Amino acid sequence: MALSGIQIYKLLPQTNCKECGFPTCLAFAMKLAAKQVELSSCPYVSEDSQQQLAESAAPPIRLVALKAGGYEVKAGNETVLFRHDKTFYNKPGLFIQVNAADGDIAKKVAAADAYSVTYVGLEFTVDGFAILADGDLGAAVKAVRSASKRPLILIGDPAALEPGLQACQGETPLLHAADPSNWETMADLAKKYQAALVVKADTLDELADLTQKIQARGVEDMVLDPVPAASPLSQSLAAYVQLRRMALKANFRPLGYPIISFPAATGDPVRESLFAAQAIAKYGGFVVLSEFKPELLYALLVLRENIYTDPQKPIQVQPGVYEINNPTPESPVLVTTNFSITYFAVANEIEGSGLPAWLVVADAEGMSVLTAWAAGKFDAERIAKSIKEFDVASKVSRKRVVLPGHVAVLSGELEEELPDWEIKVGPREAVDIPAFYKQVLT
Amino acid sequence: MPVEIPKDKWPGSIRTVTLGATAADGGTRGLTVTVGGQTALPYMHFEAQSPNPPVVAIEIKSERPEDWSSILTEAWGEALDDPARWAARAQDAGAQVLVLALSANDTPESAVKAVKAVLGASGLPLIVLGPGQPEKDNDLLVPVAEATKGERLALGLCEDKNYRTLVAAAMANGHLVIARAPMDVNLSKQLNILITDMGLPADRILMDPTTGALGYGIEYGYSVMERLRLAALQGDSMTQLPMIVTVGFETWKAKEAKVGEGVPEAWGDWRERGLHWESLTAAALLEAGADIIVLRHPESVRRIKIAIDELMVTA
Repeated sequence: MALSGIQIYKLLPQTNCKECGFPTCLAFAMKLAAKQVELSSCPYVSEDSQQQLAESAAPPIRLVALKAGGYEVKAGNETVLFRHDKTFYNKPGLFIQVNAADGDIAKKVAAADAYSVTYVGLEFTVDGFAILADGDLGAAVKAVRSASKRPLILIGDPAALEPGLQACQGETPLLHAADPSNWETMADLAKKYQAALVVKADTLDELADLTQKIQARGVEDMVLDPVPAASPLSQSLAAYVQLRRMALKANFRPLGYPIISFPAATGDPVRESLFAAQAIAKYGGFVVLSEFKPELLYALLVLRENIYTDPQKPIQVQPGVYEINNPTPESPVLVTTNFSITYFAVANEIEGSGLPAWLVVADAEGMSVLTAWAAGKFDAERIAKSIKEFDVASKVSRKRVVLPGHVAVLSGELEEELPDWEIKVGPREAVDIPAFYKQVLT
Repeated sequence: MPVEIPKDKWPGSIRTVTLGATAADGGTRGLTVTVGGQTALPYMHFEAQSPNPPVVAIEIKSERPEDWSSILTEAWGEALDDPARWAARAQDAGAQVLVLALSANDTPESAVKAVKAVLGASGLPLIVLGPGQPEKDNDLLVPVAEATKGERLALGLCEDKNYRTLVAAAMANGHLVIARAPMDVNLSKQLNILITDMGLPADRILMDPTTGALGYGIEYGYSVMERLRLAALQGDSMTQLPMIVTVGFETWKAKEAKVGEGVPEAWGDWRERGLHWESLTAAALLEAGADIIVLRHPESVRRIKIAIDELMVTA
């Protein structure tokens, strides 16, 4: 928990020596609480106070970053149980698993590494690869590195892992896993190669024991694997919720680490998709998928983007007139709102159809058509105002404007607002725009 | 090291709502379905028992849908032409409740006929939805309510501008209503107050908070549901109603599910993508507290029943 200025003041020497550059210790404490200065500016603070202040400043869930080739995949540092309370920050990394013994490993990695998909103007890729050491891990890491530079998770026992670690020195991979039987060797390996370490146990009691012992041995960056493989969804949900609560509500450091999930543990692809979705919604940090399947990956990437969107800032696009497929004065004018999902749904459809159009994006305060209409932010007056403000009349010779089908009720009022325009009612859903365009507008 | 798990203890609980009435209670249903009754956040079995698992409903139509994805029409085949056959197929596919959506082309007579046919073909509890135009909804649903007196159907949708007629019909004929508000905690609450003020008991209301599909605003519905459930557990009585979400309707109009041609290659296999779109939207909303999930594809039903079974394991 962060300390207040007064709590920090009590830990300072209270001599007002001014050497920190502030007139009093209290003033310095206030600046510290606001994170505007460093504690090191105080030459006289006791070691005991230093330690207490450092602990209080640490986030309740440790930030763990896997790094390689300029890529970084971060998990942790979360501050709330529910996204509506503030927001979720670090999107769970989606990793694709490959097997060291697989002769096609480089080819499989290359295909997944090249994957790229666009959603509302954002580009998504896979985050990295997990390699199971069921064969020579050193050779497997080299093969993967011939096809991808993304961060790695290495899975196996200590003896199998070391050749893999030697093959990716200078990176920060994640090792899976330290358990009650091997934790000393695993901790030493993680320390030697500067890797992050998954800690695995069947109960939270055992898990807390292990993380403390491993920390005492010198490893700070840990990730938790808190339930036995193939546990029912209720059990993983309970464990993940308990971990998040322990960290945030009880500030319990031994369990304040991100979580890793292996949704494919039972080998059933349906279960894999359901568990992966649960892990994204409820507190997963790294998610390892059993294979590269674009249709699942795309759905999970979109879910992740949705859940991790800041609820206080609706994603918006700039209101204005957008030219799609080089419109001419003969091309129709379509109207929509500035909610980003709405805009991209409409713009992508028109673009995909190859038909030219002027797309007027009205300022509806970032809401979708129906929501904005219900809230009074997308009415005839506002639409007319946008069309006038953006001087759409000067761009077209034929004044016709298409309303979204969901607000067909506005067509009468809009005719009054824009008497020299022809008002048409389009389809309710963006996906039906191309057919409507071909039938009605050409 | 023994870890002490923080447990939430809530003053409030969700009301139980029962759909369908058997002969003993004045209906003809073979079984009834009860949802709600939770005293903790979804599936927190270490805090409290979860008395009633969520249920899966399948949406069928009174007339063959013209704009459905071929992924769906292939799954149902000729049953699409006959609500009674479709109802029986839906029951075989694992539906625990049926949702019959009436069409704007229906007349009061054809609507009543379709409802009766569905009731005759399946013993499952039934939800009947109007075509979504206030006047038309009332024209169709009032005679349906009268012709099925005592069946404990759920009628919908009640919205803030059109709820009185439906609520009166439900009250007079022993039915339930579905109260839909547009993704807003306060609007949901307000509508529930208006409906109960008319005299319909709160245990005859299901709340539809409105949801968006994956990629099309799911995060808004998800968070509104989490906030409604938290408010209910904190003791706000007008939010203590089970929640129904129309996942099939929302997801199968999304381009990702609906369309197989002219889409990016990175979207992968069409059929499987459509099923993911429906089942992952549903899976996420289960976590947020959905009590009745309305789906369209039989394979999504199978998948979500697996999720519910696993989520209800208390070990």
